Amino acid sequence: MAEKTNSDFEPNIVAFLCNWCSYAGADLAGTSRIEYPPNVRIIRVMCSGRVNPLFIMNALQQGADGVLISGCYPGDCHYMQGNYYARRRFNLMRNFLEYLGVEPERVRMSWVSASDGIRWKEVIEEVTEGVKTVGPMDKFKRRQLNW
Amino acid sequence: MNEKPKIGVYVCHCGTNIAATVNVEEVAEFAGTLPDVTVSRNYSYMCSDPGQALISDDIKELGLNRVVVASCSPRMHEPTFRKSIDSADLNPFYLEMANIREQCSWVHADPIAATEKAKRIVEAAVVKARRLEALEQGEVDVEPACLIIGAGIAGIQAALDIGDAGFKVYLVEKSPTVGGHMAQLDKTFPTLDCSACILTPKMVDVANHPNIELLTYSQVEEISGYVGNFDVRVRKKSRFIDMDKCTGCGDCASACRLAGRIPNEFDEGIGMRGAAYLPFPQAVPAVYTIDKDRCLMLTKGKCGDSPKCKDACQADAIDFEIEDEVLDFKVGTIIVATGYDVFDARLKPEYAYGVYDNVVTALEFERLVNAAGPSEGKIVMLERGKKKKKKKDEEPEEPKHPKSIAFIQCVGSRDKSVGNEYCSRVCCMYTAKLAHLAIDKIPGVDVTVFYMDVRAFGKGFEEFYDRVRREGVKYIRGNPSEIFKHGDKLVVKAEDTLTSTPLEHEADMVVLSVGLVPRGDNREIIDMLKLSQSSDLFYMEAHPKLRPVDTATDGIYLAGVCQGPKDIPDAVSQAKGAAAAAMIPMASGKVKMEAQTAVVDEATCRGCGFCVEICPFSAIELVEVNRMGWPVKVASVNAALCKGCGSCVAGCLSGSIQQRSFKDNQILPQIKVLGVK
Repeated sequence: MAEKTNSDFEPNIVAFLCNWCSYAGADLAGTSRIEYPPNVRIIRVMCSGRVNPLFIMNALQQGADGVLISGCYPGDCHYMQGNYYARRRFNLMRNFLEYLGVEPERVRMSWVSASDGIRWKEVIEEVTEGVKTVGPMDKFKRRQLNW
Repeated sequence: MNEKPKIGVYVCHCGTNIAATVNVEEVAEFAGTLPDVTVSRNYSYMCSDPGQALISDDIKELGLNRVVVASCSPRMHEPTFRKSIDSADLNPFYLEMANIREQCSWVHADPIAATEKAKRIVEAAVVKARRLEALEQGEVDVEPACLIIGAGIAGIQAALDIGDAGFKVYLVEKSPTVGGHMAQLDKTFPTLDCSACILTPKMVDVANHPNIELLTYSQVEEISGYVGNFDVRVRKKSRFIDMDKCTGCGDCASACRLAGRIPNEFDEGIGMRGAAYLPFPQAVPAVYTIDKDRCLMLTKGKCGDSPKCKDACQADAIDFEIEDEVLDFKVGTIIVATGYDVFDARLKPEYAYGVYDNVVTALEFERLVNAAGPSEGKIVMLERGKKKKKKKDEEPEEPKHPKSIAFIQCVGSRDKSVGNEYCSRVCCMYTAKLAHLAIDKIPGVDVTVFYMDVRAFGKGFEEFYDRVRREGVKYIRGNPSEIFKHGDKLVVKAEDTLTSTPLEHEADMVVLSVGLVPRGDNREIIDMLKLSQSSDLFYMEAHPKLRPVDTATDGIYLAGVCQGPKDIPDAVSQAKGAAAAAMIPMASGKVKMEAQTAVVDEATCRGCGFCVEICPFSAIELVEVNRMGWPVKVASVNAALCKGCGSCVAGCLSGSIQQRSFKDNQILPQIKVLGVK
């Protein structure tokens, strides 16, 4: 199969959004009809602190080209500290993934507040562009084993 | 429930909101092919009565045990659909929503890509729905008391309404008196009724109301808990005057060595006060306060031979040993009514505020106009920073009245250069009011208003604007670029944009119609209550149209300008709305608890205690259980304290602690579906 060129490569990005800030911000982008690339698919969790770092790994294994975690701004977490836990876990995971050869552009964490419809669009554009530059993710893809 | 999942998928057109971009029929057809989906339908408005009936009929007739609604955001209609499937005798937590409006149809233009994305979103909802579990929502009692933060007109009105309804109210005010900004005003637009006449009776009412505990000169320090059961800690700052003994005679204030030497905040620094002071004569409570940052006795430990105020006080109310009092109490609901600051005109250096004495803000002008203000209602030219001559018998100079006054509108509003894009909504009308008062008070005065647009949108506003123009106030359309001094006069440089003529207008006094901005100390409240801010940095309501007084957190409501600029009638309306909203849980006496809490699998938990350390709410503890004859420690979640964030779940090494409705085995299938192209 011919290698896809980056220009017509449309990445598939899985995003984990906290219910209170980022999910609401993404909703606001919708209400304000702010258009952005359709490459990001959203999973809602109550808090970014719920995101197990292994979810990132799992998403990449399942075929996602990139992963985004988005939570409340530091200090604004609806659950006081969840976003700090998320940040710490995310950084460890990203360092580990980099060590494994996964480009840091693939895994992103952002803060988007409930009033940040425009910021949400910018994040999506940045992430999509970032993943486009590094191309499809096939390092972790689970292959069917033939016993 | 171990029975096989029978899922009903309902794809909503939302009129054309979804259907214009997403091929709804195609999505519904696709959903019908997914495993365990019994029925898949599309309908124009799922949230409407027939739409909801569609679901409940299917539940009864087809025996559905899971429901997926693909429509708007769950933040919008999840409660609606939960209720509707509950009414069909299915556990309300067997619902999963697929957000194909806010996060799909509204943000993508390409119908093919949007339809593809919608299919993925629906599929992810279906695979999660397959794993959903029935949850029971416990109920807790609601403390029939309300905390109101801020005693401006909004806080006062909310307090009176709730108090009258028979609930306990704790009204906490940071400054020594209630009344807020409204107490500073002279007349109110557009009716010109006097602010004090309509406000002060209410101020007295809150102080005397049997159900209202008024805590002035106090600050909320800590709030924890949840709707129905908030624990509040308030610090009642020491006034160094015994509130029970003080008669409000004012002897201490006139005796104070610093009397007339400290700028009075209430007079916007134009009037002076001493270290022992009452912000204004009608203050409530009518109790004096000693400013601990200025008082010589409290800062230097020495005030002459003995503090004069103490000697003067016949009631023996002054005691420099009085300490702050810390009060702890429980409330069921909270109303935030913290108000606003006025825009700092120094941020517009071209208007030379702070450089020239007679460039004043509208609030300063308001104090000049106010009969209870520092100039007793006379509009006088200011001489700021000039040390008052000490000798009392010296003949005071006759104050001069300005012969021409220029108003500049939209200072700090509708101005991206200072970061305030919004309209402050009150400046057009208060300018008209102040212009009218100026004409009223100074015969023959020339009043010119420089404006961008005059927004006279409220009841009676346009009529009032018309009236002041007929009274001779000149309106020039154009935002001045500079104010400079020419001899004794201030010169306003502007362009009349209606005639495209540049002009220089001379005036004795320039009034800057400053906008309303979020309070500088907003952060304290945000950190305590976890409120969101809108992009203008005012507190954000739960929904701009349908939940304008609620916040994202249950049991916390907003009233007044802290939510966004508004005039007095709007602030009062919102306060009444917030009061009504706060009374709902208090009147019903019960609230539902969070159901999507953490749960521990005791069989696999190894009792490491990581989750105990992670939990921000101290909801988890280690308990000893009997595991096949051996005592072992395992984690145990207190469902009443757990708020359902799931931080513990991601931290558990063995996956033994899980969050209901967000379990690993519910999220991982979603990842699988969304990860595949």
